[in-house]
Amino acid sequence: MGDDMDIGGAPSAAVQDFLKETSLYLAPDPEIMNNHGLEPRTAFEDQCIGKEGDPVRLEIVRERILAGVNESYEMLENMGAAPGAKWGDCVSAVYTASGDLSLASSGGVVIFCNLVQYPIKFVNKYWSGDPTVGIKEGDVFIVNDARYGQAHNTDQSMMMPVFHEGRIVAWAGATVHEGENGAIEPGGMPSLAEQIWDEGLKMSPFKVAENYRLRRDLVTFLQNSVREPKLQYADMKVKMYVCRRIETRIHEAIAEYGVEAVVAALRMNLEDTDAEVRRRLLEWPDGTTRHAWWTDGTLRENVQIKINLALTKKGDEITFDYRGSSPEFTNRSNNSLDITVKGMLAQLFLTFIWPDIPRNQGVLAPVKFIFDNPSVLKPAFGTPNAQSMMTVFTAWSAGQVCAMKFLYSNPKKYTRVLAPWFNMINTFLFGGLTQHGEMVGNVCADINGMGGGALADRDGEHGCAPIFATMSDIGEQEFIEEEMPFIQIVSKKMMKDNQGFGRQRGGMGYQMVLAMRDSPAFGFMLTAMGAKFPNIPGLFGGYGCPTYPLSRVSGVDVFEILKTDPGSFRYSIEELMNERPFKDAKYTTHPMTLGYTLAQRGELYMISQGTGGGFGDPLDRKPEDVIRDLDEDLISHDVAWRVYRVVYDNETLHVDEEATEEAREAMRKERIAKSKPFDAFCEGWVKDKPSGKVPYYGCWDDKTMVHAGSPDTLHPAAQVNPPVIMANPLQVKIDRLEAELAACRKGQG
Amino acid sequence: MKVFITSMLTIDLDSERWECASCGHDIGNARDNYKKGLLVRERDPSEVHAPILDKEKYDFTFSPDPDWCAILEYCCPNCGHLAEVEYLPPGHPPAHDIELDIDALKAQWAKREPLDKPVLGPDFVAPPHSH
Repeated sequence: MGDDMDIGGAPSAAVQDFLKETSLYLAPDPEIMNNHGLEPRTAFEDQCIGKEGDPVRLEIVRERILAGVNESYEMLENMGAAPGAKWGDCVSAVYTASGDLSLASSGGVVIFCNLVQYPIKFVNKYWSGDPTVGIKEGDVFIVNDARYGQAHNTDQSMMMPVFHEGRIVAWAGATVHEGENGAIEPGGMPSLAEQIWDEGLKMSPFKVAENYRLRRDLVTFLQNSVREPKLQYADMKVKMYVCRRIETRIHEAIAEYGVEAVVAALRMNLEDTDAEVRRRLLEWPDGTTRHAWWTDGTLRENVQIKINLALTKKGDEITFDYRGSSPEFTNRSNNSLDITVKGMLAQLFLTFIWPDIPRNQGVLAPVKFIFDNPSVLKPAFGTPNAQSMMTVFTAWSAGQVCAMKFLYSNPKKYTRVLAPWFNMINTFLFGGLTQHGEMVGNVCADINGMGGGALADRDGEHGCAPIFATMSDIGEQEFIEEEMPFIQIVSKKMMKDNQGFGRQRGGMGYQMVLAMRDSPAFGFMLTAMGAKFPNIPGLFGGYGCPTYPLSRVSGVDVFEILKTDPGSFRYSIEELMNERPFKDAKYTTHPMTLGYTLAQRGELYMISQGTGGGFGDPLDRKPEDVIRDLDEDLISHDVAWRVYRVVYDNETLHVDEEATEEAREAMRKERIAKSKPFDAFCEGWVKDKPSGKVPYYGCWDDKTMVHAGSPDTLHPAAQVNPPVIMANPLQVKIDRLEAELAACRKGQG
Repeated sequence: MKVFITSMLTIDLDSERWECASCGHDIGNARDNYKKGLLVRERDPSEVHAPILDKEKYDFTFSPDPDWCAILEYCCPNCGHLAEVEYLPPGHPPAHDIELDIDALKAQWAKREPLDKPVLGPDFVAPPHSH
């Protein structure tokens, strides 16, 4: 179990030997990359389990090692130099000798370590027997190329074999969202990347330390390849010593319990998790739930991109079928590797459905995946994927909605059913020279401020956590301002009416109003979807999030205004943009897909984090909860009436219960009066193809056929020919302007 | 025996019918798409997610673009409670989003006690203060 369903037959042993001896380039190995399941038990593991089979003793050993891993995670978070390390976008973990993720730290990003299984398996397969490399005690390997096994190229992982008496008994690993990686744009997530060579560092798994010492020649090469050389070195040291701490704790556990108990504990942790997940899946109803969603751009242009999911559960297995999703974009960065989708879905189960399950890859052992190959969720080897989050987060949310529709009926739950969490990285990336003369390129911790989805009996949490790391932090803004030449003049202030409406409302997102100062060269970029089509829905009658633009005020230096006329400043996006308080300034809105742009001192860049989805019919929301939101300035009087139909005294906010119930009943009757039976509605409303007003990618009603931009042309899924190649947006603009110019000249002539 | 499939929909296993969880209204055959028994209407997205920025001044206002997004609301024909809200590109076929194996469901619940309300799941218990 665990292999993709689209894998062909394996080549014969003779062919494998031939290829092994003659390969000129060791690309990612499909045999490794297409298998997210557990490796078979080794003979040594069998032997250890035969000797140490007592589950109570193995649990003691497991907890002992987990304590060491958690200790190493604390080291990583406290010593790491990257913003991602400081705010929890990092993880440490223990892997079996074969490379399976067995124990992830209790905090941190599970997807990161879930994907490190692949480079460890690559090292085991290719470097262990290679006389020019080999694996020895004290070696440390590094990787960042997502195609060999990372969530995206901005992450860097280091991996250390743990030896006992000359034998590898485990691997230690540490991963940090490092940010800067020398890509075409600073910050490590380049939306401008049109080919994989624009994505910066491409570290296939290689040995970077021997005898527990980093090789300075290789470190220098890596420093020479990125914009933050000191960060590169600092965090390599941190990750290596994090691995070393794990190694120490494993050695101590071996000394106390014996190597057999440690190896058996790591292996049985996987097998027991697999068995428990299967047992829990048996509790779900059998059937299929379906959910499609659309992202509204590639980060370079606005187009409608379908992510199509049918989730089928039968017995103790479950299948994510993403066929019919958009074709790949061969010169855009918004494609997601299938391993990233799988890793994110492991996170879905381990944090949002079964948070009590041990954090390891056994959770995916009963899960199958089906993708069109190639497609936006399984791109070809040469297709960029640096901004995989634009697609994988939508694929994840589709999985969350489908899973919740299986979960609600279960009499035994391990956590609560949840409306969709906000899922997009509504945050600024930045780069340039700081006030201290340092060259930097990274991301604001506001990426972690996504609003939580509503629960059946509780509102979602505001600005809570990202979908990929439930225990991360949004950081201290003042701390960031000590290091970076920009200020969030409005920070962590909830945006009124930015709410996923429902009986229980989603947790809301906050505003960020930024201005640069004290740098001769510093800029911002944004890499988020959802300015035209919302990013998430609600659940069971609740609404999703609104759309999110970038707002800008240029031609102004607000720092001078704050000195000379502070009373004119407004402390919300709504007021700044609608009241336009600064004479002669230019006020504009844009999609949140800003390519790296040098900022002028005192210009305003303004965005909002997103809200989680609402749960249930908004007309069932308790009037006192609506009034509380109103009193806390989270919603306007307009929303209190238009969405929630609450009648109250505008001065005292005292609710008129009777009038409210009458108003709500009238609205329910209005719904009935204005609605049609489903079949009659579909007959008039459903069309046989996209409207053509918007370039459309993915299937419409038949998942075997996909559109590739045009409403009138269909291609067999995974066989889009010619492949999708997008024009350079600047060239598109130039062509349009030249055409207008030519028309003007013709008119004059 | 009734099974709570969503907060607004139940399935009566004996009659194999979808029912409104709010008023008990019969929605339709449990082996078919529940949406067929509901009423549906299209909402302009700005009716739900009203512009926060002045739409006369700006292209992007926090309100979804109606050329890209339509919102379908499904309500019970008897009581008018919302059972589902679906965001779609205009004209896109609605999803058959819940299709359960009713025979398997009946077999599964034959071994379970009936419930008079849905199980929410474990309560949140704050961890002890540790610093």
